[in-house]
Amino acid sequence: MTGTLGKDLLGLESLTGEQIRLILDTAEPFKEISERAIKKVPALRGSTIVNLFFENSTRTRISFEFAEKRLSADTVNVSATGSSVSKGETLVDTARNLEAMRIDMVVIRHSASGAAKFLADRIQSNVINAGDGTHEHPTQGLLDILTLRDRFGDLKGRRVCICGDILHSRVARSNIWGLTKLGAEVAVCGPRSLLPNAIDEFGVKIFDRVEEAIEWAEALNVLRLQFERMTAGYIPSAREYNRVFGISRERLDRAQRDILILHPGPMNRGVEIDSDVADGPHSVILDQVTNGVAVRMAVLYLLAGGKPELAEAAKGGSSRRRKEKE
Amino acid sequence: MKPLFLRGGTLIDPSQRLNGVGDLLVADGVIAASGHGINAPEDAEVIDCDGLVVSPGFIDVHCHLREPGREDVETIATGAKAAAAGGFTAVCAMPNTDPVTDNQAAVGFIVRQAQRAQAARVYPIGAISLGQEGKVLAEFGEMVGAGAVAVSDDGKPVASAQLMRTALEYARTFRIPVIDHCEEPTLSAGGSMNEGIVSARLGLKGIPPEAEEIMVIRDILLARLSGGHVHLAHVSTKGSVELIRWGKDRGINVTAEVCPHHLSLTEERVRGYDTNAKMNPPLRTEKDCEALRQAVKDGTIDVIATDHAPHHYDEKEREFADAPNGIVGLETALAVIVTNLVEKGYIGFPDLVDRMACTPARLFNLPGGSLKRGTAADVTVFDPKARWTVDASQFTSKGRNTPYNGMTLVGRAACTIVAGSVVYRSGMPVRGREGGGTRKQTKRAKG
Repeated sequence: MTGTLGKDLLGLESLTGEQIRLILDTAEPFKEISERAIKKVPALRGSTIVNLFFENSTRTRISFEFAEKRLSADTVNVSATGSSVSKGETLVDTARNLEAMRIDMVVIRHSASGAAKFLADRIQSNVINAGDGTHEHPTQGLLDILTLRDRFGDLKGRRVCICGDILHSRVARSNIWGLTKLGAEVAVCGPRSLLPNAIDEFGVKIFDRVEEAIEWAEALNVLRLQFERMTAGYIPSAREYNRVFGISRERLDRAQRDILILHPGPMNRGVEIDSDVADGPHSVILDQVTNGVAVRMAVLYLLAGGKPELAEAAKGGSSRRRKEKE
Repeated sequence: MKPLFLRGGTLIDPSQRLNGVGDLLVADGVIAASGHGINAPEDAEVIDCDGLVVSPGFIDVHCHLREPGREDVETIATGAKAAAAGGFTAVCAMPNTDPVTDNQAAVGFIVRQAQRAQAARVYPIGAISLGQEGKVLAEFGEMVGAGAVAVSDDGKPVASAQLMRTALEYARTFRIPVIDHCEEPTLSAGGSMNEGIVSARLGLKGIPPEAEEIMVIRDILLARLSGGHVHLAHVSTKGSVELIRWGKDRGINVTAEVCPHHLSLTEERVRGYDTNAKMNPPLRTEKDCEALRQAVKDGTIDVIATDHAPHHYDEKEREFADAPNGIVGLETALAVIVTNLVEKGYIGFPDLVDRMACTPARLFNLPGGSLKRGTAADVTVFDPKARWTVDASQFTSKGRNTPYNGMTLVGRAACTIVAGSVVYRSGMPVRGREGGGTRKQTKRAKG
């Protein structure tokens, strides 16, 4: 009933390297669509997609919406405030009501880990996880990986370090699973109070000092420092965080080689990353954003039953949309 | 009341080192005779126990019956009947009711409701502090006078070491144990499962074993200081077992219980975010499970208790972190223990009976716990080989929140006798001891 990804995209932990490559390969032809004057193909014409955002989001939500619109799907955005959710409706009731309107897919962002799976287990529509609590954010992981692949080609043996709050980061988890499945060497670097206690069992290298991470890495994925971590007492201050863990020009220069800089955004300039790094020659932060649309188009297309080999053709105009779901 | 004649079962009673085929005669609410060659009185009701085990009645020292406050989830009557269906002749009800069971009137209410239910006996546990708030000591003396058999602040463990010390000292007067749910609240705050690789993968905040162990050792040291009896509820970690062993080796008055789920399931069960695998303390690792099974075997852990915690379907049908803690256990406890401990060779049936009947009676100073002549006739008859598949929709309890649904287990209660009356018999509708004032069970939401 669905493509080679299965019904849903809930995380990268449950995907194989092959499936991840399939998404990335499918994203390639979709990149070009966004460069056209008329940025639209009819691949998902007639499909209805609901973007169900229980948490605030600018980038991810807009990126999904563009991806959906460029594939000609009909989309509706639902946010938690001002909807039945704020009247106390449960997640499962919200979902079932949406489904009763005969939708095809749900993109969900939620503050609870497991929320996307919860939904996927209970409705027939395809579910795409756009970030669930501190669990996974698979499309972010995929767009990060696509960006790295653009620069590195094959990721096998490439050294990528994820810096910052790994404990609370769904982006970190998706990156770790995705990158390791493609054969990259992955490290994490951050204060021990923001690393999971069981990080040793993730199969990644651990750097306590950012200088060592820079020494080792070919690319750094710098995570946003959430300010509520300070109030919760995980670290003393943003100031000290910047002094000990901040990615600065000076620190990078010491490596005496080019290191690719990624950041999932939104950035705290002067906290986890300095402006001259974020805006510097090796920053691919805006490429990530561009790739985000292509990766999400690929995921939507594949879950809708699109044939990967036809993605190129889909650009041209033929409409392929499964209706065998019911 | 007609005498009961239990014919030809395997009598297992560790309190008198009894383990062999024989008959048991019950008359006037007490055990009248046991062994071979007893003649059944003419008016006796004969129960054929061929192939079944006849033992002192199981006593669950830790359950939540939700009344008063959440009668939609369980009542004392439904809980007492579920207990009987699981082979329990008595249960101890935790005081986290609404309002909290922290005074003699509240204790008396539970005693009266239990009498009306006419099923398993229900012994109230009073709160340690007023409103379980951890500030002012509740009136232990009056609660004991009204029928309380222990005190506990249950899920809101006493954070103040001074209050815990006082409680242990004060409880000595009334010869009751102080039960503590060991959890250091600042370490466990916000956690919804065991802290480890699984929680890290699932992105759920974990509760480290140390949150339990810090309080286990604190309580053991306070028991030493006070001379009181501390009973540690639902021990879940290998470290706790080692600390309890340390305390017992030094003669400190510490006893402990473990739940069937902590002996049989691990944190792996949480993968997929199944809220029926969410409880506090959480499911731990295989290493912990193994240490707990060994501790049941060697007696470091004294008692098996269910922590039966019914919740409404809707409350469990939600995001993992927001779902309430707890699972039902009264109707699966025996089978989970037989399947995971007896069948796998950790313990034999005498040990099972000891941990589920004799020792609970002794530690909490309750009637029963023995088949000796003159003892209250609380008797459990169970089929040690019955193989059955758990179907939560068939539970007598109102709660259906069990991680064992659909599993095939071995061992099942056949007949439960309280004070000489049959309160449960397999294959027959659950009935009261006598008439009783219990209302008809209401239809409940889908499970």
